[in-house]
Amino acid sequence: MSNPLVDMQKPDVIFCIGTNMTECHPVAATGLKKAIARGAKLIVADPRRIGLAEMSHLYLPLRVGSDTALLLGMAHVIAREGIIDEEFIENRTTGFDDFFEHISQWTPEWAETITGVPAKDIETAAMWYGTSNKAAIYYTLGITEHICGVENVQSLCNLALMTGNVGREGTGINPMRGQNNIQGAGDSGALPNNYPGFQSVTDPNNQEKFKSEYGRTIDLEKGITKVTALELCGDSIQAMLIDGENTLLSDPDREHCEHALRSLDHLVVIDIFLTETAELADVVLPASAWGETDGVCTNTERRVQRMRAAVQPPGDAKPDWWIISEIAKRMGIKGFEFDSPKPIFNELCRLSPIYAGLDWERIEKGVTDELNNQWPVPHKEHPGTPRLHEETFVNGKGIFSNVHYRDPAETISDDFPVWLTTGRRLQSYHTRTQTGRSQGIDYLLPEESLEVNPADLKKWKLSDGEWCKMSSARGSINIKVKSTNRSPRGTVFASFSFANVPVNLLTGSGYDPVTHTAELKVCPVKLEPL
Amino acid sequence: MSNIMQIDGIEVTFTEGETVLEVAQRHQKEIPTLCYDPRLEPFGGCRLCIVALEGARNPVASCTTKATSGMVVETTTDAIETYRKTLLEMVISENREIDVHPLRGYASDELANLCNKYEIHDTKITGAKSGTSKEDDNPFILRDYELCISCYRCVRVCAEQEGDHAINVMNRGFHTQITTEFDGLLKDSACTFCGQCIQTCPTGALADKKALRAVDEVADAPLNKTRTICPYCGVGCSVDVLTNENTIVGIHPAMDGPANQGALCVKGQFAYDFVQHPDRLKTPLVRGDDGEFHETTWEDALQKAAEGFKKAHAEHGRYSIYGIASGRAPSEAAYLMQKFIRAGFGTNYIDNCSRA
Repeated sequence: MSNPLVDMQKPDVIFCIGTNMTECHPVAATGLKKAIARGAKLIVADPRRIGLAEMSHLYLPLRVGSDTALLLGMAHVIAREGIIDEEFIENRTTGFDDFFEHISQWTPEWAETITGVPAKDIETAAMWYGTSNKAAIYYTLGITEHICGVENVQSLCNLALMTGNVGREGTGINPMRGQNNIQGAGDSGALPNNYPGFQSVTDPNNQEKFKSEYGRTIDLEKGITKVTALELCGDSIQAMLIDGENTLLSDPDREHCEHALRSLDHLVVIDIFLTETAELADVVLPASAWGETDGVCTNTERRVQRMRAAVQPPGDAKPDWWIISEIAKRMGIKGFEFDSPKPIFNELCRLSPIYAGLDWERIEKGVTDELNNQWPVPHKEHPGTPRLHEETFVNGKGIFSNVHYRDPAETISDDFPVWLTTGRRLQSYHTRTQTGRSQGIDYLLPEESLEVNPADLKKWKLSDGEWCKMSSARGSINIKVKSTNRSPRGTVFASFSFANVPVNLLTGSGYDPVTHTAELKVCPVKLEPL
Repeated sequence: MSNIMQIDGIEVTFTEGETVLEVAQRHQKEIPTLCYDPRLEPFGGCRLCIVALEGARNPVASCTTKATSGMVVETTTDAIETYRKTLLEMVISENREIDVHPLRGYASDELANLCNKYEIHDTKITGAKSGTSKEDDNPFILRDYELCISCYRCVRVCAEQEGDHAINVMNRGFHTQITTEFDGLLKDSACTFCGQCIQTCPTGALADKKALRAVDEVADAPLNKTRTICPYCGVGCSVDVLTNENTIVGIHPAMDGPANQGALCVKGQFAYDFVQHPDRLKTPLVRGDDGEFHETTWEDALQKAAEGFKKAHAEHGRYSIYGIASGRAPSEAAYLMQKFIRAGFGTNYIDNCSRA
């Protein structure tokens, strides 16, 4: 997030797109609710009439996968009406003239034909966003899990740049991260293109720096993403080490994924449960869990925080850092002589400019009146950076992107006439390895169901509460039907949380070519009564 | 005019908009409260926070009175303390129980602590008791309204902080009752089971049913608290894990958590017991020639794990090995995963689980 969580109470206009925040980030959503109670206007763009849409002042029910068109239409209106921040554009951005010309063709009327959102509502959304003093954008996977995830994000950046809604309180472009330390995993360099601290692997200076640290030359070439690696399993990829991910259920196209992992010569899984993924391993190593492990994590607002052990792990379970170190030592890899997480974190800080001012003791003390521990923290005296881009952008100027709308990888057809979109629910988390094993959660959400608009039931010969067969180009599953107006006509929704309803058997039609993020939000299907 | 007022004979400064209670608390004055939760709008219901204000005929509630320049306030006079004691006696005269178990909730001991402070062990005031406990089969929230003192903290936290408006007030006066729409079950209301009502309740009337399962084991043993971060989404809410010896018995939200300021959701509040679930892996497993998993020692498992990577390296080269780091484990794990790949094989064949 460009802005801190506390800023969520501050905007005059809030634009939420592709985020089901009240279910997926409920505590963050309390900040938005306070802003609304204070008088802020809420615009929600989402194919489904989610809880956030019910709270909104303007709801834009766009067709799944049409976000870029909607955002181009909004940019068109803002430019046409001249409600731009000329000073910001002049001082902080580059490429606006080209962009201005580019968007002249993408009218709200055109956007209506793609998105299904009335042009007048696109006009209103643009006017509200463009004319307010403080407008903030919040998004999550509804923006990124598309073949055009990059264009979607760039389109949001265009809106913020042309209106100067960056680098100030109550503004910004704010993606919400979905896992307790997914930000920290990226910060720590577990990426094919970056060393720790987002230092590019293609920069020879960084290569030299890590050569002297790790004692060997590391490729100047980017590695491959997980998605590519899974495609190459059994071919060029022969061995894999997976730490704490139930890849099989969380990733798209389950059959392909299972085949990939089975074709490996050697699969080692570190986890706390024998997950569906661990079942395929050659070696399964039991890890200590949350509540049993000391360490550091980073939240969605870039705040580095301490996790602490409260109880002993069961049996012989060990912390992940210990397990990885012991494997490395047995392979003769140097630099893994650790006896606690502290020196590991301090090594990470020493090698990462964004963490340079942090160390274990500082994180142990936690947030104080003076120190917020939000990266970048470039030196020891630095308090941390709650808000990014206040004076300058990392790469100098903000760049306008002349994006074009693209159709999803697969679109509805006679064979698969229904849009399936997937996501999460308040009461379950990911593949339920944790929430499914916590007492009481089943009382609130005992099973998965397919949300179908009541008017569509008859058309597809389905009944509320009965099971149906849902098929895509990749496979079929059986799922119980739930009639609800949350789904618009022609679009259905299910989460991927329940192992007995493996929705990701169906998904996986395409990937964003840059980020390799799967298009989990769009999958044409057909529905048949059982 | 400068923002200066006098509290208990000492001149103090205040910022515009601060209440007398807030100024007094900043200066370490102990003013009793029951309906006050610093995260919520002042309510002025319990009247325990009354102070003597020069020029005012009667004491004023310090939580609803804004500080103004020149104010002269006495927080603790004999008359004020007598009022407070009488008020407390009236409050407890209606309650079935005062000394509730700490597992009921974060603030559940507030009433009992005040009674101890004011040395009120029983009350001369007798009569009918108000509040009717509600049977509700939900597994998380106990609705024991016989302990309710109508401070409305639960109603206000649900409305003001959560924006859910799931619980409200039914009837008036002596018959005031906290309930949900149509006096139904919580699951049929707008309740999201975030547990905030439990954690703000000063008497344990709304209580953590899940934590109370451990009440017999915890009866005499001390309850430890460990500050950590919630294991679920990326908001990074601070929580205190409640433990009894080696068992996790509950979660308290951290009121000073920088990302959550005391708020939690149903997962962070109640979905913690996966940690000590019998399904946890306890021993390393290695797949044998029979295709089945076999329990083994760490030494054997680590050796086999390392040998497999060495073999792949020797036979297929350094681009045959790939690492996927966790978005759930601490950063030290992710850091070492990338170091394992980079220092071990000189490639960038490493990713984490953020692309799904």
